[in-house]
Amino acid sequence: MIELRDLTFAYDDGPRILDGVDLTVEEGELVLLAGPTGVGKSTLLGAVAGLVPAFSGGTVSGDVLLDGGSILELPARERAHAIGFVGQNPSAWFVTDTVEEELAFGMEQLGLAPATMRRRVEETLDLLGIAELRQRDLRTLSGGQQQRVAIGSVLTMHPRLLVLDEPTSALDPTAAEDVLATLTRLVHDLGVSVLLAEHRLERVVPFADRMALLGGDIDRPGLLRVGETAEVLADAPIAPPIVELGRAAGWQPLPLTVRDARRRARPLLADLGEPPVRPRPPVVDTTPVVDVRRLVGGPAHVPVLREIDLQLQRGTVTALMGRNGAGKSTLLWTLQGRLRPDRGDVVVAGADPHGRSAEERRATTGLVPQSPADLLYLETVAEECAAADGDAGRPGRTRELLDRLAPGIDPDQHPRDLSEGQRLALAVAIVLAASPQVLLLDEPTRGLDYPAKAALAEVLRDLAAEPGAERAVLVATHDVEFVARAADDLAVLAEGEIVSHAPVARAVGESPAFAPQVTKVLGEGWLTVDQVREALP
Amino acid sequence: MAGRIPRDLHPVAWWVWAIGLAVGATCTTNPFLLAILLAVVTLTVLSCRGDQPWARSFRLYVWIGALVIVTRILFRIVLGGDVPGQVILRLPDIPLPDVAAGISLLGPFTREELLASSYDGLRLAALLIAVGAANALANPKRLMKSLPPALYEVGTAMTVAISVVPQLADSARRVRAAQELRGAAAGRFRRIRGVRRLLVPILEDAFDRSLALAAGMDARGYGRTGESTPAQRRTTGALMLVGLSGVCVGVYAVLDATAPRVLAVPLVVAGTAVALVGMASAGRRVGRTRYRADRWRLPELLVALSGVVAGAGLWAVQRWQVDVAHPGVLEVPEIGLGAVAVILVGVLPVWVAPPPLTASTQPTATAALRAPAEAVAAR
Repeated sequence: MIELRDLTFAYDDGPRILDGVDLTVEEGELVLLAGPTGVGKSTLLGAVAGLVPAFSGGTVSGDVLLDGGSILELPARERAHAIGFVGQNPSAWFVTDTVEEELAFGMEQLGLAPATMRRRVEETLDLLGIAELRQRDLRTLSGGQQQRVAIGSVLTMHPRLLVLDEPTSALDPTAAEDVLATLTRLVHDLGVSVLLAEHRLERVVPFADRMALLGGDIDRPGLLRVGETAEVLADAPIAPPIVELGRAAGWQPLPLTVRDARRRARPLLADLGEPPVRPRPPVVDTTPVVDVRRLVGGPAHVPVLREIDLQLQRGTVTALMGRNGAGKSTLLWTLQGRLRPDRGDVVVAGADPHGRSAEERRATTGLVPQSPADLLYLETVAEECAAADGDAGRPGRTRELLDRLAPGIDPDQHPRDLSEGQRLALAVAIVLAASPQVLLLDEPTRGLDYPAKAALAEVLRDLAAEPGAERAVLVATHDVEFVARAADDLAVLAEGEIVSHAPVARAVGESPAFAPQVTKVLGEGWLTVDQVREALP
Repeated sequence: MAGRIPRDLHPVAWWVWAIGLAVGATCTTNPFLLAILLAVVTLTVLSCRGDQPWARSFRLYVWIGALVIVTRILFRIVLGGDVPGQVILRLPDIPLPDVAAGISLLGPFTREELLASSYDGLRLAALLIAVGAANALANPKRLMKSLPPALYEVGTAMTVAISVVPQLADSARRVRAAQELRGAAAGRFRRIRGVRRLLVPILEDAFDRSLALAAGMDARGYGRTGESTPAQRRTTGALMLVGLSGVCVGVYAVLDATAPRVLAVPLVVAGTAVALVGMASAGRRVGRTRYRADRWRLPELLVALSGVVAGAGLWAVQRWQVDVAHPGVLEVPEIGLGAVAVILVGVLPVWVAPPPLTASTQPTATAALRAPAEAVAAR
């Protein structure tokens, strides 16, 4: 149906981002596009939709064919009837302000008859399960709802190909499954073709018919490898935990679903023996550094948090999970001290954080906000580091931290030109420069690939257990695999209450929605593939 | 009211109604007539408005109206003037130097002055409040959508512009919170650095957003050229340009008494006609449609008519019953039965307009009532 032929793309005199890409997507097929961070997945999707090079600059050669006819020269708006594109951040894409009008916007552009529009809006509302949201203001929707509205807003045009850029990256595990289930339904029932890019392969691999891997070849990162999912994943540099497990255990062919893997895991379990217990660093001071009792609060006196009880100790990494809008960010900002609790006691390092001055807050609690770019405002990395040093009164400290987190960043680079992972590292370094005893991170894994997430997990564990300066680390995240790697404890937040707070292995064993793939396959106690590798004889 | 389906009335109908009443208000200084008119407007707004944000703006207009009356009276006290009559406030007279010959400040303030200035102020206030009523009753976004097809692009641009402001506010709040996590700016240029560290991320965010929005609109077919040929497009463009230039010159001639009369009214009319033809031609080739466009039905017609009748009626009162429309300040103003009747026509919308869409009348509104702001507020 759609065919890319020898598609090559490069920014002027830069290396080739896409290097002779050939890809065919058939009718009713779901193709998964994967690859390390920053390798050009979005560029490829943009070229299919017609936004590259119009919105990015650079030059394209080769051809894009729709049903055999070339559409390379057509701008995105003239392809809209056949190709529906949903970008990375759906909330930035909304044109109107209610759900119903947003769904109709594309159809208005196509000039469909009012009766047809009316019917399709109703159908789409039902198909995506958002009928009760029809009059709602788009800005008040949760992440999962926004994502579904964004998909709906292109679906109403009845495109034959849906192109999606990281549709589940901002969603909690349950909402992500909802969105993916919806996509599968479209593929099966309506014969829509789907081309989607995703970092969290563990979520998408079971749904994919075929897989395309960009950046698999280190010498020519612009090459695209297309094939059966299991085949492509066999030696891909990025793979979901279940595939890593298969590789470690030497299973052929590789399992792609938890069900597959579980069937083969029985003999392996006998070899493995008892699951290991994650060692905790020896901590002298065992009084909780964060002590929250019966906290009620939220911005503008809306009680987002209702009676929170939470104790955090030095030397531990605690993950905070919960569905979109459950109050995770609110809790972090309350611990930081910016938000004032309406009732209850919050004690961080011996005092109420809201009563502290801004400088004292920085010295006790470091918070890395959801979009780290909000912290950065200078032209070069070196200037950012110098500014942070000046504030902390310790020259050279920020750069030293940065080199530990992400070595080798060019000090003359502009912070906006850094990769997601590097920018996050810079923000963490700036926050850590003031040597806080408590470190809070809000959704740090967005846009990171598996190696980057593993590195971040390592760094967080080191920071928590740093001898002589043990810290309490609290990470709000949706990423269960990251939690399995990084955290000691897991706290689950629902409806403004902590519904469970226990060591990770036990907590994820109890709730399947938050269980990482290795736990699902091998049972309670096993969290990561690394543990399995070590236990294997 | 029972049995009627709640829906939004066509925004243009509300505007016609409100402009009718506003015209009526300018035609009289009779305080009793104006008070009746204000009561009509207020009653209509209270019974016909929905619960959207703009519906709450009416109170603001009422305050502005009150402010206008007070200001008017204060000015009259300060600038005074020697109107003979019953003095109610004896203030010292301050003659200004010769440069501003003839003007003196303060001076005795008479009851007649008080009445005259408050009648005048009341007229202005009624005008403002009538416009405020339209703002509170008509959905501004749907008004934009009622523009003729040729102006669709302008309408969409306005809709986007309206939604940008709250987004900027969100982004500013987020960045300010984030910046607090870093050290406060210090040193000689602290102020400038402080502004810069807020502005840079906010502007970056705004640029990213607008680029993403442009890409999103493009990917959904915004600005498709459709099937018109270049020749058609040129004709439309030429018609619009010629028509609008004609209107400009004509309006100038109307206002400038020394310009030849030939250029005045005839040119305005001709220019408007040509521009309308251009718009119609542009509208015909637009390949777009409207989702759930507001339809013009009987209630719309009645609401608009009631405003027109009230406006025209008061204009007639001013024309033929001058002492009712503009009573003197020496005796109690009289009111005519006819004048009261035409104003009362303006209250018709209370019965003919469909009940407004509110959270309790929307069939699917239960979800909207639950605190939905959480996700946003938590940022």
